[in-house]
Amino acid sequence: MSSRRDRADDLRELMESEGEAIGGNTQLINQLTAENVGSFDRYEELREEARATKEAAIENLPDLIDRLEEAVSANGGQLHVAQDAADANRIIEEILDERGAEKLVKSKSMTTEELEVNDHLEPDYEVVETDLGEYVIQVADETPSHMIGPAMHKSAADIADLFNDAFDLEEPLSDDPAELTEFARERVGEHILDADAGMTGANFVVAESGSIMLVTNEGNARKTAVTPDTHIAVTGVEKVVPTVSDLQPFTELIARTGTGQDITSYVSLLSPPVDTPIPDFEADEFRPAEERDFHLVLVDNGRMAMREDEDLRETLYCIRCGACNNACANFQSLGGHGFGGETYTGGIGTGWEAGVHEMEGAGEMSELCTGCSRCVPKCPVKIDIPWINTVVQDRTNRDAEPGDFDFLVDGLTPDEEPSGLDLQKRFFGNIETVAKLGSLAPGLANALADTSLADWLLERFVGVDERRDLPEFAGETLREWYGARGPRVDDPDREVVLYPDLYTEYFEPERGKAAVRALEALGVRVRIPEVPESGRAPLSQGMVATAREQAERVHGALVGHVDDGRDVVIIEPSDLAMFRSDYEHLLPERSHERLAEHSYDVMEYIYGLLENGADADALAGPAGEGEGRGDERVAYHSHCQQRTLGVERYTTAVLEELGYELRESDVECCGMAGSFGYKSEYYEVSMDVGKRLRADLGDVAGEELVASGTSCRTQLDALYDRAATHPVELVAPETGSR
Amino acid sequence: MGTDRVATFEAELEGVSTVHRTAAADFEETLAGAIVEPAVGTDIPTEDVSLADTPVETAPSPADVLAAETGVTPAGLGVANYGTITLPASEEPREVVSLYCTRHVAVLAESDLVADMPAAYDRLSEDFAAGTDTQILATGPSSTADMGELLRGVHGPHETHVVVVTDR
Repeated sequence: MSSRRDRADDLRELMESEGEAIGGNTQLINQLTAENVGSFDRYEELREEARATKEAAIENLPDLIDRLEEAVSANGGQLHVAQDAADANRIIEEILDERGAEKLVKSKSMTTEELEVNDHLEPDYEVVETDLGEYVIQVADETPSHMIGPAMHKSAADIADLFNDAFDLEEPLSDDPAELTEFARERVGEHILDADAGMTGANFVVAESGSIMLVTNEGNARKTAVTPDTHIAVTGVEKVVPTVSDLQPFTELIARTGTGQDITSYVSLLSPPVDTPIPDFEADEFRPAEERDFHLVLVDNGRMAMREDEDLRETLYCIRCGACNNACANFQSLGGHGFGGETYTGGIGTGWEAGVHEMEGAGEMSELCTGCSRCVPKCPVKIDIPWINTVVQDRTNRDAEPGDFDFLVDGLTPDEEPSGLDLQKRFFGNIETVAKLGSLAPGLANALADTSLADWLLERFVGVDERRDLPEFAGETLREWYGARGPRVDDPDREVVLYPDLYTEYFEPERGKAAVRALEALGVRVRIPEVPESGRAPLSQGMVATAREQAERVHGALVGHVDDGRDVVIIEPSDLAMFRSDYEHLLPERSHERLAEHSYDVMEYIYGLLENGADADALAGPAGEGEGRGDERVAYHSHCQQRTLGVERYTTAVLEELGYELRESDVECCGMAGSFGYKSEYYEVSMDVGKRLRADLGDVAGEELVASGTSCRTQLDALYDRAATHPVELVAPETGSR
Repeated sequence: MGTDRVATFEAELEGVSTVHRTAAADFEETLAGAIVEPAVGTDIPTEDVSLADTPVETAPSPADVLAAETGVTPAGLGVANYGTITLPASEEPREVVSLYCTRHVAVLAESDLVADMPAAYDRLSEDFAAGTDTQILATGPSSTADMGELLRGVHGPHETHVVVVTDR
C-alpha cells in the first residue's frame, strides 16, 4: 500500500540524515548509564522510593496544588493554572505585557515546546533559547529530537554548516566542538545580560515551600532564573511533590539514568522570587530583590484527564530523563523526528502525546514500539512503558474506520477486535490461525509461500515485506511428534508441562524435541498438552481484547497442571514475558501470580535442576560429547525480554558449566521483534537495527551461533546467512532414536 | 571520621574541581593560591575567616563581576560522596558572583560537610522550612555536550575550587 511505502521512504531518509549522530550519541549515553547504574547499589531502593512518591503525589494532586498556591503567594509569587496551551500562552503574554518586557530568554523546557510558546510569542517579542542544544534547534527552525538532547541528531559538522549559513561571520566556523560551543555560548550569553524576563521549566515543584527544582549541566537555567527581574516558570501539573525531602531520590537518580553522570553540574532549588539582588548590567548596579517578580504557570493540557485514565496515569510519573529514548533500538536508528509525535519522542513519549495531543500521532509512534521492554529497567520510576504503548495502539485500532477488505478476514479471524482494524495487524495478531491452517498441509503451504504470487499477495494486503523469508512449516508439529513418541521417564520426581509455543509447535519443533530430551535426561517427565498461543501475537499489534481472551484460555489450559504440582517450562522468551509480566494486565491478579510463580525459562529450569543435584553429565557438552555437536566456542545473543526479566544469566551459567566458551552480545533489541521486521514499512529499520547486532557480535566463523528468541534467530539468519540454534539444542543429549 | 569525609569529597572531585584544605589561620594564604586576579567575592560567614585582608573586592558592581577572573562565595553544605557543594543565595550578589566569573572559589567549613545526599536533604529541608529560598547543588564546573563533545565553562564557571576550612 502506498502509505506503507511513504512511511518506509520517510524513515529511510531520517536514518540517512540523522541516524548516525543519534545512534552514536544514544549508545554512548547507554554505555555511561549502564556503568553508572551498575555500580550504584541503591538504584533499586531509590527507584522504589521515587515511584512511591510519584504515585502518592498524583493521587493527591488537587490538594497539593492548593497547598502550592498558598506557598507561592506566601513567598511573594503568583501561581496560575492553565487549562490548555492557548490558556497558558495567554497568561504568559499577559505577564510579559504587564512587565513591559520585550526580550525573553528561555531555558530548555519540554512543556513550553508542548505549548509552542515561541511560535506564539515571536511575532511580538524577541525570544532566545539559552540551552545550547535548544539554541541550535531554534536557529535551525526545527523541533527537538530528544527529551534531554534536543539537537542530538546533529553532528558538529551539521552545526557548523548551520551557523555559517545563519550568521554573517567574518571567519567561517570550523566543525570543532569547542569553537562551536564558544561561539554559541557568547551569542546566547549576551542575550541573557539584557533580557527583560527569563523563562524556565521545572523538573519538580514542592507544594510545602513553593520551591522549584531545575536540573542542568549548563549554567543557563541559573542565569535565566536570576538575571532578569522577571522569572516565569512553566511546567506540567504533574511535577508537584509534597516536600523538599521528597526530592532526594530524584536528585540521585535523574542524571544517572539521563546522562550517566552521578549528578548534573547544577541541581537548583529555588523558592522564587529569590533574595539575590538583580544585576542591571546596563546601569552597572544591583537593584533590590524586592523588585523581582515570579510567576509559576502550571499547565494541565490533558494531564488531569490522564490522571483519571487508569492506563495513561503512569505517564505522569515520568521525570523526563530520556532514558527510554536511549534504550530503544528503533529510536537509536531513527531519532525523535521519526519516533516522535508533535512534541515528545520515543518510549514514554507515546503516553505524553496520547495525553496532551491527538491520538493519531501517538498511534504512529506506538507502532515503532516492538514491546522489547529494554526501557523498563532503565526507567527511574518504574513505568511500564511497553504497556502504555500497547494501550495507545489498541485505542488507535479502535478509532479506525472499516476498510474495503474487512470481508476477506472477518470470517477467518477469531479475534475480539472491531472491524476497520488494519489488515496487517489482524494478520500478525491472528498468526496462530494462519499457522494452524498452514500446518494442515505443510508441504503445500511451504510451496505456496515460496511463490512470487504469495509474496505479492502478502505484501499487497498485509504488508509482509517480500525481502523477508517466511518461516517454513515443519512436516510434523511438536505435539504430533510427542504424541507418537510418548514420555520416556517412569516414576519421575518431577513432572512439567512444556509450553508448545506457536513457533516451536509449527515451525521449529526441533528445539521442542531438544527441550524434551534435556529435561528427560535430568529425570523430569514432560507433558505437552494443547495450549493456545499466549496472546503475544495480538498484544504486539495492540489487540488487547484478543490478547486477554487468549490469556484466559491459556490460564484455563494450564491452571489444572499447576494445581497438580507441575511447573510450566517455556522455550520462547517472549512467551515467558507474557506469563511473568504482561499477564498482570490481562488476568485477575491471583491468576497471574499463580501462573507467573510456576513458569520458567527452559534454561532457567535446567539450571535449577543442576543446582538441586541433577547430574550435568547427563547433558551434552562441547565437541565430542554427542554426534554432530558444534564447536566449543559459542557466540550468544540473549533476548531483550529475557534480559529485562533477568533470566538470561541461567543460559550462560549452564553453557559455561558444561564447558562452552561463551561470548555474549548485549545490544538493544535485534530489530526483528516478532512481526516488526516482517512489515514492509519497517523492514529497513529492522535491518538497520540488526546491523548493530552484527557489529556487536562480529565475525562468528568457527563459533556456534546461538540465540534464545525466535525473532532474534530469524534476524541472525538474515544478518549472517546462517542458521542460529536455541541454547537448549546445545545441551540436549542425542538419543539416536526419536 | 571528619578527615575521611574530606578525603571522600576530594576523591569525588578529582579531575573535576580542585580542593584546598586549610586551617582558618592559613585561610588568606590558601585563598591566594586558589584565585586569579582580578577577583570579586561576598562575605564568608565562617568564623575566623574573612576576605578583608585579601585582594578580593567584596562590594563589586555587575561590571566588576563580568570583568573578574575569580568569584569567591561561601558554600552552605558539602556532600562528601558526590563532591557536591550547596550555594545558598543571600541579599548579597553571591549567585551572580558564583555564576558569572570564569573561576569560582567556594569556601566550605569542614563541619558543614555531610556524608551523603539523605543527610544533605535533612539539612536542606530545615533550611527551606526556615525560609532559605535558594540552594544550588553545584558539582564541578558548568558543562555541555551539545556540540558533540563534553566541554566545560558553558554559561557558568570554567573552573571550580573548594577551600575546605578544616578547623571550623
